[in-house]
Amino acid sequence: MSPTNGLTIAVPRGALFRGALDVLDGLGIDTSEVRANDRKLLFEDVGIVTMRPSDVPTYVEAGAADIGITGKDTLMEQSERDVYELLDLGFGRCTLVLASVGREPDPAEEALRRLGVMRVATKYPRITARHFQATGRQAEVVVVRGSVELAPLTGLVDAIVDLTATGTTLRENGLVVREEIVACTARLIANPVAHKLKAAAIDDLLERLRAA
Amino acid sequence: MIHPIPSGTRDVLPDEMRELRAIIAAAQRVFDARGYGEVATPALEYEETLARGGVAGELPAYRLFDEQGRVLVLRSDMTVPIARLVATRLADAPPPLRLAYVAHSYRGVRPQRGQSRELLQAGIELIGAPAREGTVEALTVLCEVLDAVGLVDYRIGLGDVALYQALLDGHGVAAAARERILHELVTRDFVGLAREVGALDLPAEAARQLVEVPQRRGGPEVLAALEEPARSAAEGLRAVIAQLPDRVARRVIVDLGLVRSLGYYTGAIFQVLDPALGVPLGGGGRYDDLLARFGRPLSAVGWALTVERLHIALMGESAGADSLASSPGGELGPGEGESAGADSLARSPGGHSSESAGGGGGR
Repeated sequence: MSPTNGLTIAVPRGALFRGALDVLDGLGIDTSEVRANDRKLLFEDVGIVTMRPSDVPTYVEAGAADIGITGKDTLMEQSERDVYELLDLGFGRCTLVLASVGREPDPAEEALRRLGVMRVATKYPRITARHFQATGRQAEVVVVRGSVELAPLTGLVDAIVDLTATGTTLRENGLVVREEIVACTARLIANPVAHKLKAAAIDDLLERLRAA
Repeated sequence: MIHPIPSGTRDVLPDEMRELRAIIAAAQRVFDARGYGEVATPALEYEETLARGGVAGELPAYRLFDEQGRVLVLRSDMTVPIARLVATRLADAPPPLRLAYVAHSYRGVRPQRGQSRELLQAGIELIGAPAREGTVEALTVLCEVLDAVGLVDYRIGLGDVALYQALLDGHGVAAAARERILHELVTRDFVGLAREVGALDLPAEAARQLVEVPQRRGGPEVLAALEEPARSAAEGLRAVIAQLPDRVARRVIVDLGLVRSLGYYTGAIFQVLDPALGVPLGGGGRYDDLLARFGRPLSAVGWALTVERLHIALMGESAGADSLASSPGGELGPGEGESAGADSLARSPGGHSSESAGGGGGR
């Protein structure tokens, strides 16, 4: 059998790209063409399709890919997706944090205390809303697509909820971590039908990943 | 001007309808041949009727009031209305009762491929037959319908809701932890399952079983490999599989992780899988307590197939070789897929497919 066991694997471009390809290398899958080619998306010979991390659950849920690699943050944000979460791959570790401008007193706390509501910018509106509900605070969630750090600096919001690995970007923009919400790593997910119909192929892959 | 229709609903035009009718006709021929009488019930039921059925997992999404202010809901499946029917209109009919339906149900699902908020289902309910024989018959009729419709590559995932319960009982897992564990299972999160079980401070062997058993699926060897306490709990499943006719047994994948969120299932549960579609085509199982809630304690088993998904899978199977995900992989892919499909009338694409799906089915 081929190293991918005939499975189609959805691989996220972006921060998890290198780590995901390293994992696949470890399985004996030749990823050199994928690494060398920035624009090509579909690599049929090795059973790899590449896409934005947040699109991985979409492809896997529909069965357009049998299995996929994506961050726990994406899975939590898209919790309604009907996919199996099979394995914590351990790489791509980062933390979803609440951060605000590094002044004292904390401007976000001040907004909550005096105005009754904290305005929060994020790419993760559902995780954010859930976190604030769970902690009994009112928040006004503002969805932004990129450069979340800009939002509190311009006065658009009082705080942000975003993913950070080292905290460097936050620091460089004068932001301070106020709360850690959840730690995230890359996960291996599977389509529910493929998980049954291609059980041997998927289990073999899992076994090799666990052994690695 | 734009005149929208509600999200998740859609119109059907003649080309599609011809093909849908061929699928329904194939199913109905099997229902007739097997002695399942077709019934219809109102799309609207009193909310308290569905609540009595315990369809808590999929709360009716559409509610309205009648002229006396009572709450009406659009039914979310046919099983509960048929349970009501059996306990009322058919209260004196001697069991076993064999009933079939082709009807719309309404659910507040997230609209996506093969998932409409108004879904057409074809299904059966077998009520008051001995448990084991009843399950065997339901699975057999299910395969006959799928064959008649013209599907070639389908499989039946078969599990038992009592099995994991027995594991939890056997290892003495407390109620609160049980809920968290079942939540991880229902949401298909095996990483979360390992985390929740790991937090329980159980003996290593018990923890290993609770995490590993629901991940097992495959042939009958999956059951043979079970240790106690799951081994005893799987006795019924083993007996059912032993009694299945060969043509049904070879379609079965034992799936010990099969849990469905519907509140009324009690024993064997199953779902229909096809490589041409990423979601199940339908499913069913035993619901031995449901009829008693309506005052007529009878064991029962039933299943429903979503007609729209049968249609997508039928088209997908005939085009299967083109799709990357469903190709068997490597060099063999396209050729193998086409030759397998060539002699099936029902899979021929294009304008005549409706005729062939009807004509090729059933024999």
